[in-house]
Amino acid sequence: MPTTTATTATDAPGSGAAERATLLGAWRARRNPDLPSHLAHHGAPPLPRPGDTSWPERFAATIEASGLTGRGGASFPSSVKLRLVGSARRNRTLVVNAMESEPASAKDKVLLSCVPHLVLDGAELAACALGAARIVVCVADDQSETFDRVVRAVAERSGTALAPVPIEVQRPPGRYVAGEESALVSWLNGGPGAPGWRPDKSQPLTIARSAALVHNAETLAHMALVARYGPTSFREAGAVDAPGTALVTVSGGVEHPGVYEVAMGTALGAIIERTRPNDEVVAVLTGGFGGSWVSGAALDTPYAPRPLAAAGGVVGPGVLVVLTRRSCAVAETARLARYMAGESAGQCGPCVFGLPAVADDLERLALGSAGPGALERLETRVAAVDGRGACRHPDGVARMVRSALSVFSVDVAAHAAGRPCAFGDEPSVFPPTMWARRAGSS
Amino acid sequence: MRSLIRVNPIACEAYGYCAELLPELVTLDEWGYPVVDGSPVPPRLLELARRAAKECPRRAFVLERAADR
Repeated sequence: MPTTTATTATDAPGSGAAERATLLGAWRARRNPDLPSHLAHHGAPPLPRPGDTSWPERFAATIEASGLTGRGGASFPSSVKLRLVGSARRNRTLVVNAMESEPASAKDKVLLSCVPHLVLDGAELAACALGAARIVVCVADDQSETFDRVVRAVAERSGTALAPVPIEVQRPPGRYVAGEESALVSWLNGGPGAPGWRPDKSQPLTIARSAALVHNAETLAHMALVARYGPTSFREAGAVDAPGTALVTVSGGVEHPGVYEVAMGTALGAIIERTRPNDEVVAVLTGGFGGSWVSGAALDTPYAPRPLAAAGGVVGPGVLVVLTRRSCAVAETARLARYMAGESAGQCGPCVFGLPAVADDLERLALGSAGPGALERLETRVAAVDGRGACRHPDGVARMVRSALSVFSVDVAAHAAGRPCAFGDEPSVFPPTMWARRAGSS
Repeated sequence: MRSLIRVNPIACEAYGYCAELLPELVTLDEWGYPVVDGSPVPPRLLELARRAAKECPRRAFVLERAADR
């Protein structure tokens, strides 16, 4: 896992005002996460005056003008999400998702360790816009340092004008699917923390009969910047249809893994170049373990939802894992599939039985011992898990494996023909700490 | 109104009654869990679909009424 010191962006998107208005600008300038330092850099957040009834709509309109989209994975317009739950007049809960469920992600940790008050400003602003009665920050139970940092930041603000809505910090289990929003809400309701079956996703989630709105920590930090510096400032970075900056956690075959703040639309290759790949880049895993592989031949693709999707990739929660020539793509894919199989919540049959079967096939393929017809069987099994769970966990595995079969088709064919590559025994680009995470969390 | 089949994947425990009653619309995957294609139930199969929903021991097989698009 990248360390905090290695995880701050080095070259800022600009200087002066533009640099000031970035997520990590305050950290780069002051190296101090405490409240006085935060306020000295950004000033106080523009929270509403009591009784200002038109403020929520003005805030939603400001966010809408910025074009901010959610940074948790779905890239959904943030203003729509503020208004959706805002229109149902009930007492509400704002949930800050800082679960860092993606094993290759470190952005929640960086945000909450380096600029916790920016996230909390965003949470207070969004909570005021929604008329929420409480804010719940969720940090996975295996992220003790991050948890301590948030608790300290919350204590710094409590009882001040910066905390009009009370904030509590919760520690759901550090499992892959626990960060899925219905799983998070299940846990907050005293349930098992497993995803629920929601055929109609437009129905709001509820906590103790109050509507719950789950926002990613990075999204909220952006809201805090947009509220202060305005939508135009936000749009100075990024593309017209994908404005702003984004945090990207880069790891794998690179010398400088870490969390980088990049302008949306930056070429994939330019982001990776900053992290110094250790050899020729063969492919990049985009969007996390349930994301998709993009060929090293497509590194000129802009990092933004639409162009990346056109190249077969996905922005998702902002994760890039670089695969260089020193690795076996099939073995790495098998490792991912095996990990994901172990992270099933264990509720839905196709996920419980299908993911281990997919991982079995990939492992045999990686060893070159798959035998005739194995590739067809794997494809059938991938289709059999896709869309067959209550949550999208199996869909993510299907997407990731399909992208591997396509991007690494030459390698896959050689493995299937009993000619595995020479790199199967090389150390994985996915650090052992990722696989160990779950074991250490309970 | 159209009728759609939904399977609650959490509740389903692969009893397979639905595939026996309604092989026209339900197939089983290699682990015995039902696969449905999401298309509306043709009127001639509605009665069987209702029965499949009623017979499902886990109440996982759900017949849902949806407005025509």
